[in-house]
Amino acid sequence: MSELKLISVTKRFNQVVAVNKLNLEVKKGECFSFLGPSGCGKTTTLRMIAGFEDLDEGELLVDGEVYSSSYKRYYLPPERRDFGMVFQAFAVWPHLTVWDNVAFPLQIRRIPKVEMEKRVKEALQSTGLSAMKDLYPSKLSGGEQQRIALARAVAINPKVMLLDEPLSNLDPKLREEMRFEIKDLQRRFGFTILYVTHDQAEAMALSDRMLVMNSGVVQQIGKPLEIYNEPANKFVFSFIGLSNFLKVRLRQGKAYPLDLEEGNPISHEAPSELGDVCYAAFRPAEVDLVSGSSGEGIPASVARSTFLGDLVDYRISIGNQEIRVQKPKKNGVLRNGESCRIRINRIHWFPLD
Amino acid sequence: MVDIYTKPKISAAQIVLLFSILVLVVVVGIPVILIFLTAFFEDGKLNIPGFLQILKDPDTYQALWNSLVIAFGTTLVSTSVGVFFAWLVARTDLPFKKTMKALFLVPFMLPSFIGALAWKVLLSPRAGYINKFLMVLLGLDTAPIDIMSMGGIIVIESMYLFPFVFLQVESALERMDPTLEESARISGAGLLTITRKITLPLVLPSILSGALLVALYSLAHFGVPAILGTEKGIYNIPTKIYERIYSSGGSFRAIRVGTILSTILVISAALILKAQDFLLKKGKYQIIAGKSMRPMLLKLRALRTPLLIVSILYIGITVILPTVTIFLVGGLKTYGLSFETKNLTWANYLEIFRWKMTKDAIWNSVYLSLGAALVTMLAGTMISYVIVKSRPKGKFILELLGVLPFSLPGTVIALGVILTWSGRFGINIYNTPWIIFVAYVARYMAFSLKSNSAALQQVSDSLEEASRACGATHFQTLKNIVLPLIRPGMISAFFLIFLPALRELTTSVLLYGPTTRTIGVAIYALNEDGETVRAAALASVALVIILIGETSIRKFLARLQKQE
Repeated sequence: MSELKLISVTKRFNQVVAVNKLNLEVKKGECFSFLGPSGCGKTTTLRMIAGFEDLDEGELLVDGEVYSSSYKRYYLPPERRDFGMVFQAFAVWPHLTVWDNVAFPLQIRRIPKVEMEKRVKEALQSTGLSAMKDLYPSKLSGGEQQRIALARAVAINPKVMLLDEPLSNLDPKLREEMRFEIKDLQRRFGFTILYVTHDQAEAMALSDRMLVMNSGVVQQIGKPLEIYNEPANKFVFSFIGLSNFLKVRLRQGKAYPLDLEEGNPISHEAPSELGDVCYAAFRPAEVDLVSGSSGEGIPASVARSTFLGDLVDYRISIGNQEIRVQKPKKNGVLRNGESCRIRINRIHWFPLD
Repeated sequence: MVDIYTKPKISAAQIVLLFSILVLVVVVGIPVILIFLTAFFEDGKLNIPGFLQILKDPDTYQALWNSLVIAFGTTLVSTSVGVFFAWLVARTDLPFKKTMKALFLVPFMLPSFIGALAWKVLLSPRAGYINKFLMVLLGLDTAPIDIMSMGGIIVIESMYLFPFVFLQVESALERMDPTLEESARISGAGLLTITRKITLPLVLPSILSGALLVALYSLAHFGVPAILGTEKGIYNIPTKIYERIYSSGGSFRAIRVGTILSTILVISAALILKAQDFLLKKGKYQIIAGKSMRPMLLKLRALRTPLLIVSILYIGITVILPTVTIFLVGGLKTYGLSFETKNLTWANYLEIFRWKMTKDAIWNSVYLSLGAALVTMLAGTMISYVIVKSRPKGKFILELLGVLPFSLPGTVIALGVILTWSGRFGINIYNTPWIIFVAYVARYMAFSLKSNSAALQQVSDSLEEASRACGATHFQTLKNIVLPLIRPGMISAFFLIFLPALRELTTSVLLYGPTTRTIGVAIYALNEDGETVRAAALASVALVIILIGETSIRKFLARLQKQE
């Protein structure tokens, strides 16, 4: 059974469509991410689910119950949704101690004192804050403040946990650590997670399923691996990981780089429905690179090579186009200007824009 | 051979430092010391019993008590009104918010003594227009409202002081991270609980610092109690000092009483500022948002229109009604006539520019405030530079002297200036415009220091160092780097001094001579002499000058900001 359901949800801000006809079902206990560049409408979607924004069109159902509906003009206020939420800027209350911050939602619900203390203790313990319970947030680090926000959100044992870029104010190392902690909390408390982020690695690492969004429109919904392996369009491909787009001419199932139509094709299995010219898209790691001007593959030359440590990063010229290639250092380093030949292993085909 | 640069015995920086100290000592240091000396010493001997005896005198004791009651009441009323309207503008879906926000700051423009004059015309128990109207309407024998009372003084002062609180609280609410409230909401709290438990505690430092500003101002305020209180025998400290000195023709004994009361004022002001400092440090929560988002607004629903009407009525009653009254009264052929066209004339306004006394007053105010603004701005820039940027020995003396002007009420400055510049040190400028000029410089030095040092703190040291590294001398660096960067701070200091000086009353009223009345003094004196119509006509002219000044300056500053 689906826990959370959005039906044709649309939101406008002064004529600008922030979210356009979004349909989505999230299952109970699922960890679901919203991924997209800033301004794509992912935060707006989360805020509509939280109840901070009304819907211009559509409905939101939780456990089959209507929470928001533009048709019925009904909006359950945020304070009655029993959700947990964590914000990017932490939003811990500076005038309350760690303990009082976490106890606040329980006090509001008039939970009896004994039960309340038990639950606050548990929330503090599972976020590793027990020792700091009497301190004020200003004495704590960013990571610790975000733990307070997490503890405060789990204290009420919410059905759904909403996380709005919770880790983007933290440094990279801490970010990775907190990812595991969030997953850990989910295992322990069993809530559904809706997670907004612009960091694709974070989304991949955390989610059971995810949604990629751009300009208010859903681009693709699926498991991280599906989205990585079978991107629905050029935007998704370019947003997930490093990408190359090579313009190619299609002729009888073969694809030739533009202006190099006399030599070898880059593929013999090009689709036929994309017209005369289309994009061949591939990851920098999916390219084989061999030194020398003769042999198999497409002739190319090294425009620039950059040593990155384990990897060597190349800009490779193919005709008038340039692509990016990354190879392990152990395969040897090609010099700038050196002639080479390339073979592309895994190609995605996209029409021209 | 290499030319070795030898440091001169006294560097230019030290000369500037000494000069800065000298300016502050002469302008504020000596006057304050003389006030304390006069208060505590008599004939060269410490005289504590004499000091206490004056405080025990029922007359002065009553003035002290009144000052405290008025300050307390005004603070309470202003704070409630200011917080309410700030919340209404920042946190609800009140319509026409931008306009309303601007309107709530308009009371700042109306000098409170002119407001008090208008309210006296409307609500004095004997002849107030509204009172007379109500008496006829309701068939009463006595006036229903008496504005010339402690309560009246508190209400009128609050009307013109509440923007202090409004401004502070509104901006705090606006800058506050909305997720602090949203996270309370998602935690299950309703809007009332959030307001009580989250919002108000978080903006409490701003509320209190606005309230303390009002208290500081009200405690030492002359205009409103002078116009509404003295006739009924209600005095606060500033009006009592004025009364004592004028009824005795400026006798030294009266001045001595004045210094003792001043001492109390200075101590209270210092305590208030200390409290504010403490609150600002303690309550400095990081509540400012990282990314700006629209804060959640309370939907007023059915109350939306009524609350808009309340706000507009409030502005109408506190600003428009008194302004219109002043203009109408200023046009009356004789005071007491009804406001019909046949009773009104333009001649009164024109006469203001023909009659020597009023003409002089306008001219005095204009050149004194322009001159004081210019000199104080330049001196403030120099002193701030020494305090903020160069760190020579003896800087702490400067810092100590620099904070002194903040805690000096206008009346105290006037007394100090009288003690200093009436011949004791060989210079007697009493009864000349110079004494008012010196007093203005002392009174507004605080504004200049604040504005200039804020601007200087924005200029990072590395900018100057980069200029020196490029081969510029210290002086060239000042001229080409520092001054252009702090120009906006200097200009705003100039206007922060010029505009209030133009309508100054508290200080000038103790210093004016037969030919050196300022606009404020002239209005006050005309009112005292029962020339209500002339007072109102001059006040109307003053309001027009202030309005032109304020708007052109705002336009100018906006253009300057655009350029930056």
